[in-house]
Amino acid sequence: MISAIVVNTIVAGVIYATLAIGFSLIFGVAKILNMAHTAFYMVAGFFIYTGLKMGGLPLWLADVVAIVLTTLLAMLCYLIVFDRVKVQASAVMIISIAMAMLFQEILLAKFGAEHRQIRPFFSGYIQLAGTRVTYQHVFAFCSFLVLMAGIWFLLLETKLGKIIRAVSEDPEVVNLVGINVSRICLIAMGISGALAGYAAVFVIPLITLHSMMWVSPLVTILAVVVLGGLGSIRGSIVGAFILAFAETSVSLLIPMGSFLAGAVSLSIMIVVLVIRPEGLLGVVFEEERL
Amino acid sequence: MRGYLYWIRQVILREFIAIPGRMIAILFFIALFLIPVFTSNPYILRIFTLAAILAVFSASWDVLDGFTGQTNLGHALFFGVSAYTVALLNVNLAWPPHVTIPLGAMAAVLVGLIAGIPALRLRGFYLALVTLAFPIILTGIILFFADFTGGEQGVTGVQRLAVSRTTSYYVIVLSMVFSLFVMYKFTNAGSKWLRVGIILHAIREDEIAARASGINTMVYKLIAFAVSGFFAGVAGGLYAVFMRTVGPSTLELALTFQAILYTIFGGVGTIYGAVAGVYLLYPMIEFMNLYPSIAEYRFILFALILIFILLFMPEGMTRWVRDKIEITCPRCKVINVPWRKTCRICRAQLHLVQTERSAP
Repeated sequence: MISAIVVNTIVAGVIYATLAIGFSLIFGVAKILNMAHTAFYMVAGFFIYTGLKMGGLPLWLADVVAIVLTTLLAMLCYLIVFDRVKVQASAVMIISIAMAMLFQEILLAKFGAEHRQIRPFFSGYIQLAGTRVTYQHVFAFCSFLVLMAGIWFLLLETKLGKIIRAVSEDPEVVNLVGINVSRICLIAMGISGALAGYAAVFVIPLITLHSMMWVSPLVTILAVVVLGGLGSIRGSIVGAFILAFAETSVSLLIPMGSFLAGAVSLSIMIVVLVIRPEGLLGVVFEEERL
Repeated sequence: MRGYLYWIRQVILREFIAIPGRMIAILFFIALFLIPVFTSNPYILRIFTLAAILAVFSASWDVLDGFTGQTNLGHALFFGVSAYTVALLNVNLAWPPHVTIPLGAMAAVLVGLIAGIPALRLRGFYLALVTLAFPIILTGIILFFADFTGGEQGVTGVQRLAVSRTTSYYVIVLSMVFSLFVMYKFTNAGSKWLRVGIILHAIREDEIAARASGINTMVYKLIAFAVSGFFAGVAGGLYAVFMRTVGPSTLELALTFQAILYTIFGGVGTIYGAVAGVYLLYPMIEFMNLYPSIAEYRFILFALILIFILLFMPEGMTRWVRDKIEITCPRCKVINVPWRKTCRICRAQLHLVQTERSAP
C-alpha cells in the first residue's frame, strides 16, 4: 500500500507539476489566469492523435508537430483575445473559460464523445516493491526532470529568462527600459502552450483522450498554483506533489474515496487561501488599488 | 372621479410612455403573462418557464458580480444547495413546495454566508478561484454519500408545483417578477430610501476608498452574498419543483457559466440586462435543439458570442440599445425619447453635444 501511494504520488505529481508550471508562468508574467491552459493540453493530445491516425506520422514526429501547433495556437489566442482584455481580471477569466468550452465543443463535433487511446512510447512494465510501474511512467518522470532542467536554464541563465522574470516583477519599469512587454507576454504564452503540449506528450498515453478531459486537471491545477503561490514556479512544483500525495492517499485509503479526491485538494486550497493568502512560496501581495 | 382618471392618465404619460426603457419592460412582462393565452404547447411553455428560472438566477449573479464586483465562478452552489434541499425535504418528509422553496432559499443564504467568509479576505483572482471550488467540493460530497443523495442519478419524484402547466408557469413568472423587482430596488444606486445600492457600487469601484469613508465593507459584502444567494436559491427551488428531479448537474460549472453568458450578453451591472440576455439567447438555443444538423454546433455559437461580446461590446447589449432609444437631459437628468429636440421637463436643448461637434 505504501509503495502504491509513493508511486502514484510521483506520477500524479509529475502530471500536475508540468501543467501547473505553464499555468503559473503565464500568470506570473502577464497576469493572465488562463483557464484554457488544460484545454491547450487537451488540444495537443488531439493533435497527436490526428497526426498518428490520420496523418500516419511516426510517434516522435506527431509529438513534435503537436507541440509546435499548440505553441502557435496559444500565441494566436494571446494575439486575438488576451492582449485586448488583459487589463480586466474577471474578463480574462471568463473569456478563457469560454475559449476552453469552444475547444471542447469543436473537438466534440469533430471527434465525437468516445474515449480514445494513444499508444505509449515504451510498452511493458517493471515490478517495483510490489507495485507495477510501466515504462511510460518512468519516461514521464525522466522527461519531467529534463523539463525542469530546461525551464531552470531558460529562466535563470538566458537573457530572455532574465527579461521574463523582470516583466513578472515590474512590467512598467521593463517597459521604460525599452522592452516590448506585450511581446514578452506573447513569448511567455508560447512557452506556456509548449509546456501544455509537452505535458500532453508524456501524460496522454497514460490516460484516455476525450473532449471533457480539461475540466478535472484544471481544478487540481488551480488548487496547486494557489497552494504554491500564484506565479511562483517553485511553489507550483512543491504544491503539485503535496496535492498529489493528498489525492492518492484519499483515493487509495478510503473506500469510494476517488469521489472525494477533488474535494480534498480544493479544501486544502481554500484553507491555504484563508490562512496564508500568498501561498506556500508566494510573495506577499500588498493591497493595491485597482 | 374625473380628477382621478386625469391623474392616472398623467402618470401613465409621464412615467411610462415618456420613458422608452420602462415601456419596453412593461410590454415585455405583459407579453410574458399572455403567452399561455395564445399557446398551450407544452414545449414552448417549458422553455419560457425555464427561461424565467434562469432569469432570476442570472440576475442574482449580476447582483454579486456586476454591482458588488465580487466575481463568483461558483454561483451554481446556491442553486444546487437550494434545489437539493427542496427535493430532499419533499421526498423524505413530504413537505409541500410553498414551505420547502423558502427553506431552500434560506439554506442557500446560509451557504452564501459561509462562502462569503473567505470572500471577506480575498479579492479578484483568489476570490474567483475559491468560489469556483465550492460547488466542486459539494459535488464530490454528494457523490460520496450516494445512499442519501441519489449519487449520479440525483433525487427523483419531487412533488410538482401545481397541477396544470399553466398554473406553474404563472407561479414561476410571478415569483420571477417579484424577485427581479426586489433585486432591482436593492441594487438601485439612485434610491432615496435605501443606501445599500450605492454602497455596493462604491465597493465595486474602490473598496479601500469605501472603507475610508466609514463603510463597513465586510458587512455589506456579506449582505450582497446573502441576497444573491437567496434569489439564486429561489431559482434553484423553483427548478427542483418544476423539473421534479435534481441531480449533480445543478452544481455544474456549465450552469454558472450560462448565467455569466446571459448577463454579459445583456449587460453587466444592470438587472434587466441579465433578463434580456436570458430571454434572447435561451429560447434561441433551445429552438436550435429541434434541428439536429445545427444542434451540435450550438455551444460553439454560445462561446463565440461570449468572446465576441467581451471583446467588442463589453458594456453589453442592453446598454448599447438604451443609448439609442433614451437620451438623458443634460440639465435636469430626466430621461427623454430620442426624437425630442428639447427636454420634456425643463425645455433644455437635448442634442447640445452633437450641434457643438458639427460646428466648424
